[in-house]
Amino acid sequence: MGHDTAEWVFIGVVIAILVYVGVDSWIVQKEVEEVPADAETIKVTGQQWFWSFEHADGTKEISTLHLKKGHAYNFEIYSKDVMHSFNIPDWVVFEDAVPGHVNHAWFAPDQTGEFPIQCREYCGLLHYNMRGSLIVEDTP
Amino acid sequence: MVLELKKPRPVWQIMFSTHHTDVGLLYTITGLAFLFMAGVLAMMIRTHLFFPGQGVLISDSVTFNRIFTVHGLTMLFLFALPVANGVGNYLVPLMVRYKDMAYPKLNAIAFWMNPVGGVLLWLGFSDTSWVSYAPYSVIRAPGPAADMMIFGLKILGISSILSSINFVVTILKCKHPDLPLRKVPLFAWSMMTVSLMTIVAMPSYAAALIMLLTDRLGVSGFFNPSMGGDPIAYLHLFWFTFHPEVYIFLLPSIGMMYEIIPRFSRKPLFSQGSGVFAFVMLGLIGFASWGHHMYSTGMDFTTKVVFMIGTLAAVPASGMHVFNFLATMWGGRIRFAAPMKFAVGGIALFFSAGAGGVLNSAMPLDFISHGTYWVVGHMHLFLTGTIAFGFVGMVYYMFPLITGRMYSEKLANIHFIGMLWGSVQVFYTQHLLGLEGMPRRIYDYPAEYTSWTQLNQIATIGAWILGASFVAFLINLIYYSAKGKEANMDDPFGLGGKYYYPHQAKNPHHIGY
Repeated sequence: MGHDTAEWVFIGVVIAILVYVGVDSWIVQKEVEEVPADAETIKVTGQQWFWSFEHADGTKEISTLHLKKGHAYNFEIYSKDVMHSFNIPDWVVFEDAVPGHVNHAWFAPDQTGEFPIQCREYCGLLHYNMRGSLIVEDTP
Repeated sequence: MVLELKKPRPVWQIMFSTHHTDVGLLYTITGLAFLFMAGVLAMMIRTHLFFPGQGVLISDSVTFNRIFTVHGLTMLFLFALPVANGVGNYLVPLMVRYKDMAYPKLNAIAFWMNPVGGVLLWLGFSDTSWVSYAPYSVIRAPGPAADMMIFGLKILGISSILSSINFVVTILKCKHPDLPLRKVPLFAWSMMTVSLMTIVAMPSYAAALIMLLTDRLGVSGFFNPSMGGDPIAYLHLFWFTFHPEVYIFLLPSIGMMYEIIPRFSRKPLFSQGSGVFAFVMLGLIGFASWGHHMYSTGMDFTTKVVFMIGTLAAVPASGMHVFNFLATMWGGRIRFAAPMKFAVGGIALFFSAGAGGVLNSAMPLDFISHGTYWVVGHMHLFLTGTIAFGFVGMVYYMFPLITGRMYSEKLANIHFIGMLWGSVQVFYTQHLLGLEGMPRRIYDYPAEYTSWTQLNQIATIGAWILGASFVAFLINLIYYSAKGKEANMDDPFGLGGKYYYPHQAKNPHHIGY
């Protein structure tokens, strides 16, 4: 039963790294989940196999979402049939669309351009093609 | 124990035998056969993804979806579990100094459920993905494929509970009275840990499968939101079984490395106590982290933190195993025969897989990696890089003990280099694909994403190397078990007289050195 110093040092270093990872993710996640008060709500609905969006003023869009640079947006994510996952990889927007649940994710784009939107939870036949695009425009 | 194949017997005598070595042989051969079958599916998936665009090899997405589903189910339930049980059947009774498993007939029954379950999975060829998340598997998955999958998994689940009961009783009740539990060799400890985990974890999935079936029949609505059910309930039931199941797949492989590494380092194990402690810790902590598969389902902050801590807590125990292996090898006169190569390669990949796992468990990073190819690479580094490496090493190790002949070391070398090279190339590249945002389980990807195309091509070439290396393994298994040169049964690997092989253990005090 040969425990010795080397093993304790090894375990200690491992635990120190883990504590660092844990504490740092706690801090970052806390920050990430703090939704700004002025965030505009966008309703996102996933269904086999496309995304539809509804802006706060009632404008509806399918597959392509137009947003303004410099604003914060809070997505309310719904699903009509099976589980999907709403994902804008370039902005690390990622939350499952679960039927019967409402999920949230927020972001504030600070760059204009076109970014892909995709589904990241297997949802059947055309899961691979459940793609859309986000267009961030530079309008004041 | 050994040499059953040296004295030829009619195959039905082996098939209807209840002796632990015969059942072990059946388990191992079945597991390896399914490994090759599922491997062919993996090659089809990777080859299909070589070019963006449809119709490369697989002409429609539903076939692709069925292929990755059956690939996953087969590798997990028909390769990883049976091979662990096969080696366990061979070695556990010897390690605890008993004549057979505690319940030989139950043992044979548990084995014979495997081919039945396998036939159901393969004839059904379901498209639900191996996790079969509700409500897709309830309201959209085509039958009878999904129903056959449910029945197949049900049978395999019962089989794994029966064999677990058998291992626990064999180790705890049939152990030689002179052999204290703490001195039982670590491979037997690993089998006991995973058996206890199976008994605790499996019922939750068994219940979920029945609920899924009645939901599909329309008589209940546990997971169907339109009938007042909740899909998240399925996820909890599923992952409560399958996060511990990750360790159930992993620990036997670690146990096999404990069997191989001290012998081929020609040194006593660094610490039996720390190995036992780490197994028990993993067995307990494995149950505290299932929620990290569900961070993005709308879980609240506190729950996420709890599951993150539970996940991180499993890392020091895994680290203790790695340390134990390194400290055992340190200063040893290592003989790099095939079993040792695979064990050492497995440890290296285990370490990298574990490091990637720490990143997954960190909540903010999980939102980047979850559901992407990062996860595919991560879990394949465990399943291929650690589990299959340990199993393959053990198969080489037991090869002379079972067949009385030696495999070809040259072919084993080709197999090892190809498997290590291939694993690194395909699975590390998949991590990068994940960071580029490529989702899992997609049939096709847009051709304008050149980085996806390039990385997919690198990964596919890696997969071909990995697949080709298994041809060497197949030749070793088939040709050299019949025509290989006779092994020196006193010391097949030429380690020198002081080092015992499991089949030579006569005295309980010799087993753990």
